[in-house]
Amino acid sequence: MPARRGRLIFWLAVGWIVVVGSAAIAADWLPLASPSDMDLLARRAGPSADHWLGADALGRDILSRLVFGARISLTVGLVAPLLGLVIGGTLGMLAGYFRGLFETLVVGGIDVLLAFPPLVLALAITTYLGQSVLNITITLGVLSIPALTRVARAATLTFAEREFVTAARALGASHGRILMRELLPNIALPLIAFFLLAVAVIIVVEGALSFLGLGVPPPAPSWGGMIAEGRDSLDTAPSIAFLPASTMFLTVLAFNMVGDRLRALTDPRPGAS
Amino acid sequence: MTGPALLVVEQLSVDLPTPRGRLRAVDEVDLELAAGHTLGIVGESGCGKTMLSRAILQLAPRRARLSGRVLFDGRDLTRLDAEALRRLRGRSIAVVFQDPMTSLNPVLTIGRQLSETMREHLAIDGSAAARRAVELLAEAGIPAPEQRLRQYPHQLSGGMRQRVAIAIALSCEPRLLIADEPTTALDVTIQAQILDLLARERQRRDMAMILITHDLGIAAGRTDEVAVMYAGRIVERAPTARLFKAMRMPYTEALLAAIPKLDAPPHTPLPAISGRPPDPTRPFPGCAFALRCRCCAERCAEQKPALTPADAYRHQYACWHPINPIGA
Amino acid sequence: MDGPLLKVRNLIVEHAVGGRTVHAVSDVSFEIARGETLGLVGESGCGKSSLGRAILQMTTLKAGFVEFDNVELTRLGSHPLRLMRRRMQLIFQDPIASLNPRRRIGDIVAEPLRIAGIAGRGARERRVRDALRAVGLEPDQVIGRLPHEFSGGQCQRICIARALVVEPELLVCDEAVSALDVSIRAQILNLLEEMKARYRLTLLFIAHDLAVVKAVSDRVAVMYLGRLCEVGPTEALYRAPAHPYTALLLEAIPVPDPEVRPAPSVPVGEPPSPLAPPTGCRFRTRCARADRSCAEVTPELSQIAPGRQVACHHPLIAVH
Repeated sequence: MPARRGRLIFWLAVGWIVVVGSAAIAADWLPLASPSDMDLLARRAGPSADHWLGADALGRDILSRLVFGARISLTVGLVAPLLGLVIGGTLGMLAGYFRGLFETLVVGGIDVLLAFPPLVLALAITTYLGQSVLNITITLGVLSIPALTRVARAATLTFAEREFVTAARALGASHGRILMRELLPNIALPLIAFFLLAVAVIIVVEGALSFLGLGVPPPAPSWGGMIAEGRDSLDTAPSIAFLPASTMFLTVLAFNMVGDRLRALTDPRPGAS
Repeated sequence: MTGPALLVVEQLSVDLPTPRGRLRAVDEVDLELAAGHTLGIVGESGCGKTMLSRAILQLAPRRARLSGRVLFDGRDLTRLDAEALRRLRGRSIAVVFQDPMTSLNPVLTIGRQLSETMREHLAIDGSAAARRAVELLAEAGIPAPEQRLRQYPHQLSGGMRQRVAIAIALSCEPRLLIADEPTTALDVTIQAQILDLLARERQRRDMAMILITHDLGIAAGRTDEVAVMYAGRIVERAPTARLFKAMRMPYTEALLAAIPKLDAPPHTPLPAISGRPPDPTRPFPGCAFALRCRCCAERCAEQKPALTPADAYRHQYACWHPINPIGA
Repeated sequence: MDGPLLKVRNLIVEHAVGGRTVHAVSDVSFEIARGETLGLVGESGCGKSSLGRAILQMTTLKAGFVEFDNVELTRLGSHPLRLMRRRMQLIFQDPIASLNPRRRIGDIVAEPLRIAGIAGRGARERRVRDALRAVGLEPDQVIGRLPHEFSGGQCQRICIARALVVEPELLVCDEAVSALDVSIRAQILNLLEEMKARYRLTLLFIAHDLAVVKAVSDRVAVMYLGRLCEVGPTEALYRAPAHPYTALLLEAIPVPDPEVRPAPSVPVGEPPSPLAPPTGCRFRTRCARADRSCAEVTPELSQIAPGRQVACHHPLIAVH
């Protein structure tokens, strides 16, 4: 039965996110080798009792690096879009509600922001301001504002025309009241659904930046950096690159599925889910 | 009914699976319609009249289960393959829907939509189709038809769009026209014009017409025969004059009574029907109207009444306690 | 407590659409006495909904004034206006869309009280329950649920409860029963009459269905393309319409009696657009009685009998 299978996959996705998230949070207390310890006897080793997923070219435990790398990916992946959600969501909601000059300015502003090639912008910022988790997060956060503004504005436009908003206005509700009590509960779900999709995208973008060496500087492990390091060993120990790649893939997939499921919940058309 | 029946519907039922259970949208409906006649199907929302019209055309949603037969000109539509059905639709049976804004394609010109139906079914070329399109628009009462060909639906008013929809429906000279609430979305003055147009065309082409409406006023003035639907079943059927003069089913009477009358003084309390239509996912063993009926008796709640055979006036009803006793 | 509750004078409402102007309401004046129901009838595009909303100051007026209980609404600041809103409420056409799909019924019906700052929590809940019971709903079965669990008729009852919970004086019903089935419509009309008596309301009932308007109104105003055609007591107006448009509307109504043949419809096409209304009398393009004076001089509402006014150069009833 397709519905049941879909639900199973959804919960598997949620489960994966929970596992990765908890591991990242609890990384310091887990019985893992240190991610920067180089065990030169185990270079490019396969899975063993000491290294459950093997070791990379410098003998560092892959599992441990995956878990610590998750910290970076998830931190950036969650905080950056959160920045976009708060700022972009607010701007979009206000633009869609008040319309007029304010809306024109907001829409124009985000169009300008969208026109910037994102990786070039990231490159410029990291070059001038330095590579750090904070800078990366802020950069990607700012880059995610336009998309979230658009979603918030579109959702607000849909609901602002509905009669229950007119009814609230007829009752004499203030703008603030209408925004918080009438509109926000309705646009929250589509916004959160989109937020989760943005998380997936940002994780990949951070991975790309790390892969290019523009992300968080070594020795901090990151999935993108691990993939980059694994390039040299592709013929002898391909798992060094594939393991972080698969982990990133599964995580992104999981966020996409959860986000898609939430989006489908907000879509009233039958058969949309 | 004079003449052979063009459309015969036998025990047509439509079941829809829903998360809350199986829903019987149409329940064992029998219908007959001869050429040149107008049958009105009257009922409130949710009574199944629209699903019935879809089911006749075999256009019910994919997940619906149909049972029964639909005979058009002797051929059983439920047994036809997809290609044969496609050739039939638009050509021999045409439909006019309620909302012309959604039944007309907003991104195609009027001319294109008119001619594409004709070219599909009548194997004529582009210029002949365009000429015919202009004729059809003129017949439908649209001024300046040549200019309309290049216009889009949003450039026309609601009444005009509905005329275009009618022109499209009539373009291939169908034998049966199903008009599903064709004037509900229109103003009352335009409504009268559209209904006149339909009546005129029906007569000119000697078509059969099914007019689906919730408005008893429209049914009274524009149909030869009326079938009243409630909860998926036909609960009363008679020639129009007979129905309004001597209705037997209390629901029909209650429906008529609930309409504010133009000749009643203001503030006359309306005899409203209490309660709400039954939940179609919870089948009720008795008459679906029983709990709201002023004549309800024990038998009504326990046993579902079947339509009586047609009497001398061709009047049928499904009721254990009909009103207006025989002889009236 | 004397004088009309609502006085509207020379109201003009215009909307900008694209680069052009829609003349939604053009110089409309009328009064509603306390405790009266005025039916405002007209077809789509005649401006009746714009008029209703303009009266409640929900859209900006281009000109004219609205006096509610001798207070000029157009001059009020936003705070005093909000206080006035408590006394005037609005019921909309689509009952389900009028309720926030994400809020519970109890919350929704209590909202006007919260906005008006009336009463503490306990008193609010009591008033919500009273209002729900007044409209025929059982509070316990309704308060904790969401709008989508209810039918159209029930949602309209909830909207009426929401409007009445602040005990307003004026209730504007904007096509309040048009989207409902015949049997439910009758229930809601009866309910409105009952509520009117119980809460001593004054009603402005806006609709396009003449029969429905007749059933609830004491006086009726007929509107066409932004202007009033005629105003008068219900029975008299329906029995002997003075304006040709009123006569046209009455003729077009399908009567549920097969003996009455539908009158052949006037073939003179479509209503003109409110973007470019005809000069002079706006109905003249569809009127059999129109002549040159109708195009040159705009007819004003003038009295032709006690309580009856008509805006026509050639009314169907001779001027007394």
